[in-house]
Amino acid sequence: MNLTLRIWRQPGPDAPGALTTYQVGGISPEMSFLEMLDTLNEELILRGEEPVAFDHDCREGICGACGMVINGRAHGPERTTTCQLHMRHFSDGDTIDVEPWRAAAFPVVRDLVVDRSAFDRVIGSGGYITAPTGSAPEAHATPVPKETADLAFEHAECIGCGACVAACPNGSAMLFTAAKVVHLNLLPQGAPERGSRVRGMVAAMDAEGFGGCTNTGECATACPKGIPLSGISVLNREYLRSLR
Amino acid sequence: MAVSGVIMLLYLVGHLLGNLKVFFGPDELNGYAAWLRTVGEPFLRHGWFVWLARVVLLASVLAHGTAAYQLSRRDRAARPQGYAHRRRQSGYATRTMRWGGVILALFVVWHLLDLTTLTVNPRAEADHPYQNLVASFSTWYGGGIYIAAMLALGLHIRHGFWSAAQTLGVNNPRRDRALKAAANLLALVLTLGFISIPVAVMTGVVR
Repeated sequence: MNLTLRIWRQPGPDAPGALTTYQVGGISPEMSFLEMLDTLNEELILRGEEPVAFDHDCREGICGACGMVINGRAHGPERTTTCQLHMRHFSDGDTIDVEPWRAAAFPVVRDLVVDRSAFDRVIGSGGYITAPTGSAPEAHATPVPKETADLAFEHAECIGCGACVAACPNGSAMLFTAAKVVHLNLLPQGAPERGSRVRGMVAAMDAEGFGGCTNTGECATACPKGIPLSGISVLNREYLRSLR
Repeated sequence: MAVSGVIMLLYLVGHLLGNLKVFFGPDELNGYAAWLRTVGEPFLRHGWFVWLARVVLLASVLAHGTAAYQLSRRDRAARPQGYAHRRRQSGYATRTMRWGGVILALFVVWHLLDLTTLTVNPRAEADHPYQNLVASFSTWYGGGIYIAAMLALGLHIRHGFWSAAQTLGVNNPRRDRALKAAANLLALVLTLGFISIPVAVMTGVVR
């Protein structure tokens, strides 16, 4: 496959950036999107140019490090992470636009790399259980109904990649915050702190400059882990409950 | 947004039920309009109920508009730089909430000038709502503006009702489909119900 790529190049956080056009050849349909970028970077290095900076780690769709907006869609045309997006979803001769996550709370560090530490600060404001650490407790010591466990697990799947923020027309982090709040608040271990958790995390989310939710549903459509949109409703319910 | 929206939605249901009396003749509608002013008597004075409703509705409109403005400003600030590769997002109803809302606010002003203050009404006879309504809808612009606004209203409710359920924490994975269906049904019933009146006047069913 031969492709034309229009990639956002930006040398530093405060430097101006622009879409730059590259031609890349010898791409096989089995390659992942990141392997395609690796191929491009090898050529750029051989030519003595700066390679395109992008985040990646596990490359098996479970860590949440990678992420870029491909043709206007977070993680591209398939519901998966960028590392698990394969080039067979594109055709020979395609022009592909590649941009970083766009949000005031996610400033661009370089090229396609954004600083997502705003998410860490949201987690740090209640996205945990204050409990003595030690060896893992016996699994059946605290009974959890199957339905509750399933719902908690569904929300615990969030890998914090930031696709929800990137896809949201308002740059809102509601789905991310909802995933963490629902996961912990549903379980007996998280129940004692459910009020302070939701208030703290929502306050941190607002302070980071994320936008407000207008329920467009773009976040849940883009989420590679399928966090349900109704989680936002549960987040709102938990928030209202904490005010009582 | 959600609370003020639900208040206005509840009002619209009552407003539609009241308006549909137009199909039973001038005495029914005019009698209903006169009765509205007597609601709550003798506890409330004559006409107080109507003014009470107006105050609540005005507060709802202002709260709804202010919240929408604040939310929009916040959302714009959250994405200072947009994507170069633009694509159409969400559904039509969702995308048109902001401008649809502005259109509805303008319509409310027109609607009050037309049938409450009678400033722009071609007949403008006080305490004769039936005759004023027929006169307004007999003009091409009176009926046209109304029908266009009701279509915008239907779209606004289609997203708004479900969105309010999300905001108020009523939704969950099991209820999601039912709430979306309810939003569509409510939007359809209100839009068709309201539109039936100018259509009836324009086709001569109501005269």
